Amino acid sequence: MQFIIERASSFAADIDFMILLIALLGGFWFFVAQGILWYFMFAYRRSKNPKAAYVSGEKPEETKWIHWPHYAVIVCDIVIIAFALKIWFGVKQTLPPPDSTIRIVAQQWAWKFYHPGPDNQLGTADDIGTVDELHVEVNKTYHFKLESDDVLHSFSVPVFRLKQDAVPGRIITGWFKPTKTGQFDIQCAEMCGIAHGAMAARIHIESPEDHQAWVKSLRPDQVTKQNQQESTTEQNPSKGTEAI
Amino acid sequence: MSHAEHAHQSIWQKYIFSTDHKVIGLQYLFTGMFMALLGGFFSYAFRMQMAFPGKDVPLWGLVTAGEYNALITNHGTIMIFWVAMPVLIAALGNFLIPLMIGCDDMVFPRINRLSFQIFFLSAVVLLASFFVPGGAFAGAWTAYPPLSSNPDYSLTPLGSVLWLIAVALEFVAFLLGGINFITTMMNARAPGMKMYDIPILVWMIVIASIVFMASVGPLVAGAVMLLFDQLFAVGFYNPAKGGDPILWQHLFWFFGHPEVYVVLLPAMGIVAEILPVFARKKLFGYKTILYTAIATGTLSMFVWAHHQFVAGIDPRMANVFTITTVLISIPIAEMVFVYIATLYKGSIEFSSAMLFALSFLVTFLLGGVTGIFLGASASDIYFHDTYFVLAHFHFTFVPIAILAVFAGIYYWYPKMFGRMMNETLGKIHFWGTIITFHLIFLPLFYTGAAGDHRRIYNYDNFPDLAKPYMNDLRIIATIALIFMLLFQIPFLYNFVVSWKKGAKAGKNPWNANTLEWTTESPPPHGNWKELPSVYRGPYEYSVPGRASDFWPQNEKA
Repeated sequence: MQFIIERASSFAADIDFMILLIALLGGFWFFVAQGILWYFMFAYRRSKNPKAAYVSGEKPEETKWIHWPHYAVIVCDIVIIAFALKIWFGVKQTLPPPDSTIRIVAQQWAWKFYHPGPDNQLGTADDIGTVDELHVEVNKTYHFKLESDDVLHSFSVPVFRLKQDAVPGRIITGWFKPTKTGQFDIQCAEMCGIAHGAMAARIHIESPEDHQAWVKSLRPDQVTKQNQQESTTEQNPSKGTEAI
Repeated sequence: MSHAEHAHQSIWQKYIFSTDHKVIGLQYLFTGMFMALLGGFFSYAFRMQMAFPGKDVPLWGLVTAGEYNALITNHGTIMIFWVAMPVLIAALGNFLIPLMIGCDDMVFPRINRLSFQIFFLSAVVLLASFFVPGGAFAGAWTAYPPLSSNPDYSLTPLGSVLWLIAVALEFVAFLLGGINFITTMMNARAPGMKMYDIPILVWMIVIASIVFMASVGPLVAGAVMLLFDQLFAVGFYNPAKGGDPILWQHLFWFFGHPEVYVVLLPAMGIVAEILPVFARKKLFGYKTILYTAIATGTLSMFVWAHHQFVAGIDPRMANVFTITTVLISIPIAEMVFVYIATLYKGSIEFSSAMLFALSFLVTFLLGGVTGIFLGASASDIYFHDTYFVLAHFHFTFVPIAILAVFAGIYYWYPKMFGRMMNETLGKIHFWGTIITFHLIFLPLFYTGAAGDHRRIYNYDNFPDLAKPYMNDLRIIATIALIFMLLFQIPFLYNFVVSWKKGAKAGKNPWNANTLEWTTESPPPHGNWKELPSVYRGPYEYSVPGRASDFWPQNEKA
């Protein structure tokens, strides 16, 4: 998968491994089944084999040809399930202790990102709010608090192999750890109305120095604007309880 | 009313308000074919916009973002609810069940007529939604609220409502039809036809109807709640009023995933009828197929939340649904293995019907294997809502609703109209369809794996996706689609011209065993002058010691 799309998070390699594992196990059965199917179609064409045999497929010595591959498929299924559960646990069911926490609010049709600012605390005066532009430091573990103002959206960062729907009324917490600097796409991966196809953002993964430089380059009004927004949201009674 | 009284009917009675199962079956078939053309045209319009953003599309014009969303939404809705369902279940079920089990009609012919009338009404309501202020519903065929429930978000106040009413009416039509199929199979079989003598297709349609009826209830309730949200702002799905948008996803997919198997099983049934006839071979493991179909239908009720792994459900729940979803590969793989085994030591004739039936197996294998990537929660985090998903389910739905249906039409056309279809045109149609189909969807597996997400009218907004080679793949898929649509012209020509000019078919042009081939083509009202009795199973081909290589079910010893 890394030849098709870059990996830029700590768990991207795990998910790519899962994809590779299924490709190998599924691909094996796929090619075996196709091979036999095509061989039969070729070998038993009417011009080659004018008279068909009578095989009921009810006797044990006949059904074993179905049942043996079938047990092997079950074994493959169990392997796939075991790895799927293990990797899923690491990506979605655990929350490693964060170095920093960001708040992400989706709306028709933009992404609002709230960075904690120099004090590394969300909901304080030095928070940094941006639209359609998320800035994170490489090799730091982030928690994100994902919300939606209106309809369903989905926070999707393909290079992270990360996707999480935003649901109005909920704050959904997840995590990621960028491992590579650069700028990459953030998508909305859930149909959210007319401009769903234009709901794009960029993630800027920066070295600590570049990140500091970005923070310093901001105008003061960007910082205060964020703070007001934060306080109105906290008073909103419709916000539900947190769920992982 | 006896059938003798039906001898002189006006055209109106005979073709429009008929209670004859064959006429109703054909009504469903023609409606489904018309809707398929419409759904195909929609896909042409939106794929042109995707390949050549912002350019005028011939026969449509500029595709705006809103129109694009309406087109993809209704393409999906039409192809599932107004093509796959009516053609696979209603058209074939109505036409074939009484003929295959040897009775004169459905047990509830008037409910049957009502079923089609409601279905027809539902299609009219759906089409009407394109002409109301605000336009047709554009919130994707899954209709997730709050987008679908609140016109302030969707900007289609009337389109959303009409879409929902159309879908709900369609469900009513198929509930009525399903009652008929199940009751007819249970009560109206020919004397001597035991459970294991019933053709697999009939079993498949009945199992599919049971699965449909068992799963659709919650969605009908969900649709009523959604309608209340739309019209009266009640708030079942509105968190600000204590509702929950995820509730709809559960209700929708509790029906939506079994629905996949509702259409898959009849398609498997068509293939099960055609393979033995053109391989002159007994179907391998009749009981195995029957039991795996029942297992698939049952298991399909427990996999729905694999559509919701990243939707905000409790992540622990994903584990349960990963296990059930991956396990459903077991009965499906068994069924495919059994079909392949049927070909072993057969004598295969590659007629148009057989080519389409075999292509079902070839393509469905890929559709099935790629499903594992999506059923396993870990890899689904990445693939969810990408073109990989889209390519996967087109590699299942096109074999089901297009390839298997074509196989069925080429196979039963002589019985429906009494004439043969042209085989040369059939083969042009087959190769044209199957090659272009792969050229459409194989590139889309790749673009999906490279990050293309679904329902995007213009990828220029995403720098990582707007690369030239990605756009080339989108253009390849679009051009292949245009050719695939053009290759349906030989089929339509063949279908229409053979009706009058095809060679006379006779009762049993394929030397097949099942009961529908023991009556005239087309069968008269009442189907048989004297109803048949059954003496053996449906797949006794090439039985040793017999001069003839087939052995009709109604032939005494």
